[in-house]
Amino acid sequence: MRKADVLRFARDAATAYPLRTSLSVLAMAIGVAAVVVLTALGDGARRYVVDQFSALGSNLVIVLPGRSATGGFSPANALTTTPHDLTIDDAFALTRLPLVRRVAPLTVGNSEINANGRLREVVVAGTTSTYTDIRNFKMAAGSFLPEGDWNRGAPVVVIGSKIKEEIFGGNPAVGELVRLGDRRLRVVGVLKSTGQGLGMNTDELVFVPAGVAQSLFNTHTLFRILIEARGRDEIEAVKREVTTALKARHGGEEDVTVITQDAVLATFDKLLRALTAAVAGIAAISLAVAGILVMNVMLVAVTQRTAEIGLLKALGARGATIRDAFMAEAAMLSLVGAFTGYGLGLFGAFVLRQMYPVFPAYPPDWAVIAALLTSLSTGLVFGIMPARRAARLDPVQALMKH
Amino acid sequence: MAVIELAGIARVFHLGDSVVHALDRLDVSIEPGEYVAIMGPSGSGKSTLLNLLGLLDRPDAGSYRLEGRDVTTLSPDEQAAVRSRRIGFVFQSFHLVPRLTAAENIALPMMLAGIPAAERAQRVTQALKDFGLDQRAGHRPDQLSGGQRQRVAIARATIMQPAVLLADEPTGNLDRATGDDVINLLEALNQRGMTLIVVTHDAKIGARAKRQLMMEDGLLKSDSGRG
Repeated sequence: MRKADVLRFARDAATAYPLRTSLSVLAMAIGVAAVVVLTALGDGARRYVVDQFSALGSNLVIVLPGRSATGGFSPANALTTTPHDLTIDDAFALTRLPLVRRVAPLTVGNSEINANGRLREVVVAGTTSTYTDIRNFKMAAGSFLPEGDWNRGAPVVVIGSKIKEEIFGGNPAVGELVRLGDRRLRVVGVLKSTGQGLGMNTDELVFVPAGVAQSLFNTHTLFRILIEARGRDEIEAVKREVTTALKARHGGEEDVTVITQDAVLATFDKLLRALTAAVAGIAAISLAVAGILVMNVMLVAVTQRTAEIGLLKALGARGATIRDAFMAEAAMLSLVGAFTGYGLGLFGAFVLRQMYPVFPAYPPDWAVIAALLTSLSTGLVFGIMPARRAARLDPVQALMKH
Repeated sequence: MAVIELAGIARVFHLGDSVVHALDRLDVSIEPGEYVAIMGPSGSGKSTLLNLLGLLDRPDAGSYRLEGRDVTTLSPDEQAAVRSRRIGFVFQSFHLVPRLTAAENIALPMMLAGIPAAERAQRVTQALKDFGLDQRAGHRPDQLSGGQRQRVAIARATIMQPAVLLADEPTGNLDRATGDDVINLLEALNQRGMTLIVVTHDAKIGARAKRQLMMEDGLLKSDSGRG
């Protein structure tokens, strides 16, 4: 029997029993769709987190005062504060390192902003003009902090979009004077709204030059130093350079912690990938169930078509031909089910993306390929037994069944 | 040379404790172009004999030579090939595949034999014309009358131009008039040289054959061709 004839024969046999065929196709489709949608959810969560981290800036190395990053904030940590503050001069020194592209110091504190007859509490970030390049900020109006001596800083302020909304409403803010604590500062820029994100929400922040912030809070210590490496491959080298440079400046004592965004990101990435794989594994159980259903359907088909099998043998069909025809039928049920399920899954992921636009719910390629291969192979594996049973039928006995 | 030569054929069935000799030391020789009726009461072994002749069953003893070739020792696949090209079956209950049209049912043996589609179509068209079924080519079995169904089955049995046509009670499910038509059709094929073997318990139909084999309890009771 020719291959094309085997396929045509199997197709006709499957379509001759539409209800039975469509039910087993549906079972397989649900299995594949489950894998596609659930992995889309899992991988979507992973992408969401990765995207949020990437929004912090790329190739980022962060310096924290204190040696250990694992202590968290506790009274014990407060007592064993570092002997050497992390200063603006430290930050500026790092700009001379060869593999460092940009450095931005960061001081953070609370204050009150007062303008236009309105008053509210704000988080104040003291930094330099380089900060906007590291964080990829977009301006709604005006410009970010001007360049200048890091220790001095001009009496200017850049405000987040929500602060601008609450204090100035629809009126332009750039050029207006505001009072921040005991300082009078001129608004030079308004940040574009970025919406909710991990970490600090820039919509409710105000930025002032680092020097201004330090005198405002009467401190010399930095909260963080953000460093952008020249390239992704240089991140580890920068980490080493920075550690060495700061150790030298702090009298040989390694009293800072240098972390990379990559390390944090990699942990989340690993975690969420494992989660996605686990979810895919659970969904794959439904594929096995669908495979058993295909086997059941094929066993029923063999019983129902016993007389036909006997006839085919009488007409000169070899056992292998009959086996192939039934295998082809099982494979078709699985294949059609798999692709229907793939379509359903993609549609499900599409609906998810429509409902939660921030959530990039796309199924990963590996999951799609694995689901399609698994469904096809379960269909074939579970098709073997019924097909062999058909091929081994005794023609005389089979012909008597009618 | 005989087309069929059976020598010492025996077939034994074990039903629980009892042993049934369905066929016992059977020696029969059939020449090409003969018209033979196998007759006898039910349980006499005539169906078992037909299954053996059609290579659907194997004898427990004896030899079966088809066109001079010993076919009892062939592998199942080789036997399938012989069934495909040298033997045609016509059944009492037609055994048409319900989901296939008349034309597709007729083409089935050619499809199983791997004959290209173009040649199949050509031969099916010819067969439909020869058997007066041209108007029924696209009909499924349930849209055909009993006589038409058996004509489709006979067209299917002869499409591979077999050496032997085996008919098992071919009129058993038909009324008298339609049954006569079918017998006339089979006899016409026989007149054109095809060896025809009909199993029947209908004495009237059996009497039309040139030679009658009477079976009883697995034994050949009489053979009109020998006496």
